[in-house]
Amino acid sequence: MTTAATNQHVLSVRNLRVAYSTPTGYLHAVDDVSFDLSAGESLGVVGESGCGKSTMGKALMQLLPPGAQMSGSVQLKDDELVGVSRRDLRRIRGEEMALVFQEPMTRLDPLMKISTHFVEAIRAHRPRTSKSAAREMGRKAMAQMGIPPTRADNYPHEFSGGMRQRIMIALGVVMQPSIIVADEPTTALDVIVEAQILDLLDRLRRDEDLGLILITHNLGIVAETCDRVAVMYAGRIVELGPVEEVFTTPKHPYTQGLLRSVISVDTTELASIEGFPPDLQHPPAGCRFAPRCDQVFSDCPVTDPRLTAVTDHTAAACLLYDGAYPPEHREGAHA
Amino acid sequence: MATDTNTSAPLAEPPAQTDPSSSPLTRLRKRLEHALRPWRRANPGARYLVIAGVLITLMFLVMAVFADTVAPFGQDQYCSDEFFNPENGACIGAGPDEQIPNRAAPSRQYPFGTTDTRFDVLSRVILGARIAFAVVAFSTALAMLIGVPLGLFSGYIGGRFDKVMVLVMDSIYAFPSLLLALIIAFALGLRLEQLGIDAPFVPAAVAVGTVYIPQYFRVIRNHTLSVKEEPFVEAARSLGASRTTIVFRYIFFNVVSSIPVLFTLNAADAVLTLAGLGFLGYGIRFPTAEWGLDVNLGLADSVAGFWWTAFWPGVAITLLVTGLSLMGEGLNDIVNPLLRVKGYRGKVKLSARESLKLAGDRDPDAMEAAPHRAGTGEASR
Amino acid sequence: MITDPPTVDHLSPVQPGVDTTASDGVLLRVRDLHTHFHQRGKLFGGGGSSAVKAVDDVSFDLREGDIFGLIGESGSGKTTLGRTILGLAPATSGSVWWRGINLADINEKRFRPLRRQMGMIFQDPNASLNPAMTIVQGVGHPLQIHGITSNKREIRRRVAEMLERCGLTPAERYLDTYPEDVSGGQKQRVVIARTLITEPELIVADEPVAALDMSVRAKVLELMLDLKDQLGLTYVYITHDLTSGRFVCDQIGIMYLGELVEWGSASAIYDDPKHPYTTSLLEAVPLPDPSRKGRDKQLPVGEIPDALNPPTGCTFHPRCPRAFEPCGWEGEDLVDFFERRWTEVDADTFDRELDATGPLTQVTTDRFVARFKAASPDALIPLLNTLRTSGQDPIFSAVRDIATEGGDVVVRFEDGPAPALQPVAGRMVACHLHGIVPRP
Repeated sequence: MTTAATNQHVLSVRNLRVAYSTPTGYLHAVDDVSFDLSAGESLGVVGESGCGKSTMGKALMQLLPPGAQMSGSVQLKDDELVGVSRRDLRRIRGEEMALVFQEPMTRLDPLMKISTHFVEAIRAHRPRTSKSAAREMGRKAMAQMGIPPTRADNYPHEFSGGMRQRIMIALGVVMQPSIIVADEPTTALDVIVEAQILDLLDRLRRDEDLGLILITHNLGIVAETCDRVAVMYAGRIVELGPVEEVFTTPKHPYTQGLLRSVISVDTTELASIEGFPPDLQHPPAGCRFAPRCDQVFSDCPVTDPRLTAVTDHTAAACLLYDGAYPPEHREGAHA
Repeated sequence: MATDTNTSAPLAEPPAQTDPSSSPLTRLRKRLEHALRPWRRANPGARYLVIAGVLITLMFLVMAVFADTVAPFGQDQYCSDEFFNPENGACIGAGPDEQIPNRAAPSRQYPFGTTDTRFDVLSRVILGARIAFAVVAFSTALAMLIGVPLGLFSGYIGGRFDKVMVLVMDSIYAFPSLLLALIIAFALGLRLEQLGIDAPFVPAAVAVGTVYIPQYFRVIRNHTLSVKEEPFVEAARSLGASRTTIVFRYIFFNVVSSIPVLFTLNAADAVLTLAGLGFLGYGIRFPTAEWGLDVNLGLADSVAGFWWTAFWPGVAITLLVTGLSLMGEGLNDIVNPLLRVKGYRGKVKLSARESLKLAGDRDPDAMEAAPHRAGTGEASR
Repeated sequence: MITDPPTVDHLSPVQPGVDTTASDGVLLRVRDLHTHFHQRGKLFGGGGSSAVKAVDDVSFDLREGDIFGLIGESGSGKTTLGRTILGLAPATSGSVWWRGINLADINEKRFRPLRRQMGMIFQDPNASLNPAMTIVQGVGHPLQIHGITSNKREIRRRVAEMLERCGLTPAERYLDTYPEDVSGGQKQRVVIARTLITEPELIVADEPVAALDMSVRAKVLELMLDLKDQLGLTYVYITHDLTSGRFVCDQIGIMYLGELVEWGSASAIYDDPKHPYTTSLLEAVPLPDPSRKGRDKQLPVGEIPDALNPPTGCTFHPRCPRAFEPCGWEGEDLVDFFERRWTEVDADTFDRELDATGPLTQVTTDRFVARFKAASPDALIPLLNTLRTSGQDPIFSAVRDIATEGGDVVVRFEDGPAPALQPVAGRMVACHLHGIVPRP
């Protein structure tokens, strides 16, 4: 994470915090999250509901609800997204970042033909593009996503759910952005269509060298689609590393529990993590997972672990690994 | 477990009470708490609306209940007390000095002035509240008793019965309400007179009540239509519950929440309709004190410069209607908080729950935003 | 969990009025069951009413003590089938035999007392509990409905016992709370308790864990399996999630557009699926195994079609990676073929071929014919012939002839029957690949 390295990253998130003010104090839905994304890389973000993965996605997309406060830094190429002006944001969305949501229909104008959607989207960024040129760009994007060119003049309601999601993605990438942030893009779709869309996203990422952030609750999707995975718990990243490593030798007890609790075709025994995620308004002192952890020891309830490298590629925030102690504690422990 | 101690926190899990006792009193307390929950969660603005509305309405209610003690004079008293016979409203032997002055301007003795029939305006305003409340209570009770069950069954049973009911109700609803009330009041008043029944406010109350039946019917029916699609209604069927049980134990308690809002808004409207009837001369008969009637009687006076005879009853109408409407609007905000969030513009502190919902991270203590794929698209009927 | 997976290659005989469960172990016999929902024609523009065949000619046996998994995508009719079995959706025809009684043939009033012996668990626990009832009221209500007891204290005692059995301990803490006070997983436990309080023998569970957080799913499933063993329950487990099917179910039935396309023992189907749709589903499901990354998936094209207008022949044929001549090709498939083809060819080819076919909106189709009304025959006929001989798409194997009729280009197709369920390798499969057995 040297400055030299950040230059190759298309997205750098540093100490991102999202807080909601409530009558009884602040609630940190995302608490001190840092990670990088390279061009052409796909990062999966997983966790239980309420772990902050969706809020983090919304923060990256700058779609937080009113009342939410964001701090830290989100550097997308040359733009800082925290505190960005509305004007810059309009440019960045589309030209630098594409957004994909769970329910595409709500993002399409039911009274506008698909081709018009493309023309509007392109002209919003390049006002001087001629209509025919814009239509041609749109056609290419549609072909790339497997949308029949003969259907360009249809209206959104004339398409199936999977086609609408393809249209959404095509609209997002028509200006050739650097990253795609997809928040549960296939949750509303059936398993076969889900696989089709994920294949398309994957192909798009390879062909266009796009960075992809895929937020999902489905560990299977991450395993089959992503290069790296960030496991979130109680607003924090607790493990971050290559998918192969995290899924085969998970380092954090939470990741281990999560993987155990997945029901798969070869499951022979059901397992689950005891307890519930903490109340984020009053998170437990020390490690937030300690109350549910099966490997908890005396330091856990008092010492808050940092995300630290435990292998060459994987980082985990767990006191089982020495580097996770904050500096002063480590000195104390060794003294 | 992690958070059993955190029962007060909104996201704590599980917030179930740790109190193991189950005395009837505790149970009652819990149910009361449950009923009051929307109030506690409501935003302060809505609560202030309701409080203001309740205060105004309460003021009139107190006036109405204690009218006889509060009002300095009777409604048709035109002389001082010692000459007045409340039995027949006559002032025997009262000379010009003992009579209440004609069209006296507001003064210390007659704070709201007097009318040309030598009645004290203040007393009539106070006594008018009694009639207003009697009619409002009677008419809304009538409308509710007929409209609510009809709406429930019409919505739940559906089919031909529903179609006929909707047609009938819509026809009533489409009729100009004041005209309808007028006809009913006139016809009923005539009939009662023929039968020799002396019930001064019944025709007006029935007239006003009939006008509101379709409103209760429509609101309850539509709410029932949406609630009956809820899985818990099908669940009740799968448990073997009969139609009546489902309607009264599963649907009714989930649609009642819309009644208070409608009740208060209707009550406000009823005050106006009653006043309208009175003003047109088809409502409460002279000399009973009724605001609309008094405005009518005072109209000629105000043209001649005696503003107070019509002004004060007018103020009373406006105030009570405003009070009831405030209450209704506030309750609506509390009962249907979604509208508030949707209509949101500008800087307001949202509660944690709302913020989380908007952010798409559902309440951690609620359910996962998991696949709603199956089932939902299953062949629609 | 099962020692000897039963093979299925026939349906057991039905004896109306006789409860044969004790002798042959079959608790539920579903025979030729249809549930059609009629859509009204449009207000103007006439047109008769059309029907959505939510459940179309489904037959299977459910043995006592088994878990029968109904698996399919949304719109496959699996939920409707579950609801029809319990009489919550009206059967159009066919029968559901339970202990000698045809459940599809009795009215609500006669069904009501039987509901004590069967129950349903719903997908969304947040919506399947009455928010206006406390947990003790809600869970105890079936006891009152069926007149088992109306003694408040007795109800309380029984509810508390059932809640504890369902893992809600101490029950006292939950009894007087409202559903909104407990978490999603706990709500589903409450729903299960409510279903089980009348001691039923048959449970239809409609996606019981799909709405729950992943860390809770396993716990609720485990509870359901434990209760099944303790109370001797029989389950119909409806799910879109293939991953849990193998572990949970003894038998599974794969549904597609209202039809059962494959049913048999779970292990047989998972190990060696015989219907291409089953294969596709297993192929598509994402598993938490990074070694599967980047594998070449044989995915069906397109999406599940409109149930109002399902494909003819085998309803899966337009998407099937292994479709061939007898699968029931029809005019509409040719339009879809061109649409799909044009997403893959370059712009010049597209323009040229579009000129040949004319706008696809000008193509009329029916069961056996596609009529290109705005085509240029000189260009289209050679194009179609080339495509036909290239053999790149199975649709052309079913083309009977290509001709011009009054300036229109007309493509005719061979007849293809709908496949019936036939025994294949110890399970029932409805697919022509295993021999052409037309449905009656």
